[in-house]
Amino acid sequence: MNLPFRPANPAATNGCSDVPVLRERGQREVFCGLTGIVWLHRKIQDAFFLVVGSRTCAHLIQSAAGVMIFAEPRFATAIIDERDLAGLSEIDAELDRVVNRLLERRPDIKMLFLVGSCPSEVIKLDLKRAAARLSQLHSPRVRVLNYSGSGIETTFTQGEDACLAALVPFSPLPASGAVPPLLVAGALSDVVEDQFRRIFADMGIASVAFLPARQANDLPAIGPGTRYLLAQPFLNDTARALEERGAQHIPAPFPLGAEGTTQWFKAAADTIGITDAKFRAATDAGHIRARLALEPHRQMLTGKRIFFFPDSQLEVPLARFVSQELGMDPIEAGTPYLQRQHLAQEIGQLPAGCRLSEGQDVEKQLDRCRAANPDLVVCGLGLANPLEAEGFTTKWSIELVFTPIQGYDQAGDLARLFSRPLDRQIRLGV
Amino acid sequence: MQLTLWTYEGPPHVGAMRIATAMKGLHYVLHAPQGDTYADLLFTMIERRAARPPVTYTTFQARDLGGDTAELFKTACADAYARFQPQAIIVGASCTAELIQDDPGGLAKALALPIPVIPLELPSYQKKENWGASETFYQIVRTLCTPRKPETEFNPRSCNILGPTALGFRHRDDLAEITRLLERMGITVNVIAPFNATPDDIRRLGDAAFNVVLYPETAETAGRWLERNCKQPMTTVVPIGVTATREFIREVARLAGVDAAPVLDDSTARLPWYSRSVDSTYLTGKRVFIFGDATHAMAAARIAKEELGFDVVGLGSYSREFARPLRALAEELGIEALITDDYLEVEAKVAELQPELVLGTQMERHIAKKLGIPCAVISAPVHVQDFPARYSPQMGFEGANVIFDSWVHPLMMGLEEHLIHMFRNDFEFNDKAAPSHLGHGAAKPHSRAQESGPGGWTPDAERELQKVPFFVRGKARRNTERFAAERGLSLITVETLYDAKAHYSR
Repeated sequence: MNLPFRPANPAATNGCSDVPVLRERGQREVFCGLTGIVWLHRKIQDAFFLVVGSRTCAHLIQSAAGVMIFAEPRFATAIIDERDLAGLSEIDAELDRVVNRLLERRPDIKMLFLVGSCPSEVIKLDLKRAAARLSQLHSPRVRVLNYSGSGIETTFTQGEDACLAALVPFSPLPASGAVPPLLVAGALSDVVEDQFRRIFADMGIASVAFLPARQANDLPAIGPGTRYLLAQPFLNDTARALEERGAQHIPAPFPLGAEGTTQWFKAAADTIGITDAKFRAATDAGHIRARLALEPHRQMLTGKRIFFFPDSQLEVPLARFVSQELGMDPIEAGTPYLQRQHLAQEIGQLPAGCRLSEGQDVEKQLDRCRAANPDLVVCGLGLANPLEAEGFTTKWSIELVFTPIQGYDQAGDLARLFSRPLDRQIRLGV
Repeated sequence: MQLTLWTYEGPPHVGAMRIATAMKGLHYVLHAPQGDTYADLLFTMIERRAARPPVTYTTFQARDLGGDTAELFKTACADAYARFQPQAIIVGASCTAELIQDDPGGLAKALALPIPVIPLELPSYQKKENWGASETFYQIVRTLCTPRKPETEFNPRSCNILGPTALGFRHRDDLAEITRLLERMGITVNVIAPFNATPDDIRRLGDAAFNVVLYPETAETAGRWLERNCKQPMTTVVPIGVTATREFIREVARLAGVDAAPVLDDSTARLPWYSRSVDSTYLTGKRVFIFGDATHAMAAARIAKEELGFDVVGLGSYSREFARPLRALAEELGIEALITDDYLEVEAKVAELQPELVLGTQMERHIAKKLGIPCAVISAPVHVQDFPARYSPQMGFEGANVIFDSWVHPLMMGLEEHLIHMFRNDFEFNDKAAPSHLGHGAAKPHSRAQESGPGGWTPDAERELQKVPFFVRGKARRNTERFAAERGLSLITVETLYDAKAHYSR
């Protein structure tokens, strides 16, 4: 098989960036930022997430990702009731009581996040102050932080952004004279982190830190000498918090597929001054492996038309991936929020004719989708089965968030997420 | 403020969604922030419904709060009417919208739509899902239903079936089972609601002679309104279990003026014989803990006691609205009812009681799994597994058959249990092994109770205790410790263990 090495050339095309962005508002069929807890509580192994909110919040997290498979979750909800709203109970005392009960039950917890919700924001509950107070109360055993995952402020993955942004100020400063590690921001699965660490080491970058760390208190040193890569496209506030610390962003596409991963590593290599020979020695094998893994999926998917409903903000990098590496034709890449700065290199590599849409009016978007009649629709759990029943083939987008998809050795897995629904259509005779 | 790991019920607007989604030609306009659309997936993923719930969310954001969220609601409502052309609209607020006090009812009324607009007041910080479903159904019925004129003729052998909703625990199959039963009794079903009913169907509820209330949690309030305003009596027995099904048949026969006898003894009712057949002897006196919604928990308690010969050692429910009858039943059984929606409290109770079988919700399934106790699910909250492809009602005689199978299946089989008693040290076939028909994935007994025993047990006694099969070991430990404590014994020996066994076997 002939698989020529394609050198990274991020500014090659200028397709989609010419197209005006369609901005819509109306009903949004997306999760709120609380949903991020579903993966964050597994990622940071000694952290607990306490949502201060309503029964709806508790019900959302419980239902959103079918998390009922987890017997003992490291998250809970402190449900606000009418007594709290009427001012009949002292809300600080109530929160203290709930937190005490929680920490008694889970002595292994080192970090507690108080997570704000729509109701807590609307009644202007000061969770920052509460976190500081509780932190003092439970110091040094438990550190208490806060962020908001409310739907009035955050969409789905923006919850992770808010959480990581809340962590940054608590990271230590680098020792004077020491060069802080290269920082990779954005939750990745452990297997991907380990692979990335090996590739960086092969390139000669031994000192790499990840945000979030697997243990709550292993926060990396961050300071003016820090260079950081984003592993996820939704980290607006985290990036701002890092910049406030003096850290500098390494602009790059996102590490999805062979090309995305190579370009991502290349950006780091160029910034840090790694020679091309050393870079290629560290990445060539992975790049070729990834392309080999993509090939069977590419044959199945090439020329297929795909429509992305907004969900995780991964839509633009994914549209780039499926078009550039799988030969698919993205009709629309919908995203809840278009972060132009971090997505600049991705947008630049989208094919002309791909419509970018930001925000959502789900009824109108469904009309557009039906009119376009794509071969594959990427959408949330609320839409997938109804669209299947209408005869569309769908891929539920939440799997793209819950599956390790970054890096060379996951490129095939990522492609399979798109080919499998079509494969299934072919197999089924009923 | 209440610490909640798992919640048994969603907020009341999810209850309203269960009514709206069950019906046809009705649309729900919900004032709600971004994110509340998660509730759609309950219906599309868990229940695998092929259509989106008929709900329009206003999706307000922080930046709208300073502006005109009321206008946003009006636009959403007008658009929803134009797009979906429903026969009626229900409007309301989710928890966050309740705080901003926009009055969806008044705003929708101001639009002067040519269809009925039914405002819902569902206090989110006070009430929960089942109450929300019940209140919504009641409001729809009292707004739309026209009582029958006294002089109009009606069929005395006709009834409505009230209660089945979307996302209900086995509602689809219960409905099929009961409809068939009523037909066999020569009774005409006038309207089934809310399941598949249109607003026009609700209007003709008054045409029937009486109402069959299948799920009191969602339909009792509406049933009472119909009783008062349409002079329709309603059924009070929920036909879950063989005895309850027979009582239900007699009650319906009385209301319709028909003969109950032809359907009372149904040859497909296999539970009575299965329960009497000798290989069920080993089920005798098995200690069960029951928790669920009030209707299913109370039915389960009766079945467990009278139809399977179990000992009901714990009975509870998260349905506070039905605490009274449940408490009464618990008292009859000589136990104290556990009325709570606190999962941690239920967990503590199960750990304390060490039952041999847990009959509960998906939450209790977790608890039982953690403690290594067999479990069967008897009630909502639902999980995708609670919507099996096959026909599996809970109601009627076939429902009782299904219940027999699904409760006995998690247990070790009778002969297997005897062999384990005899050869408990066989290296391949011992009490650490799961029931053989459940394969490798089955729950393993929880080791905590064995490891963390209090001091006071001599090593010999502790070893002897390990020879007691795991499914009664917790009980043996507890009884022995109680026996020792009552006699002021500081050390538990092998003798104490067997003394206690003799004491409690009397």
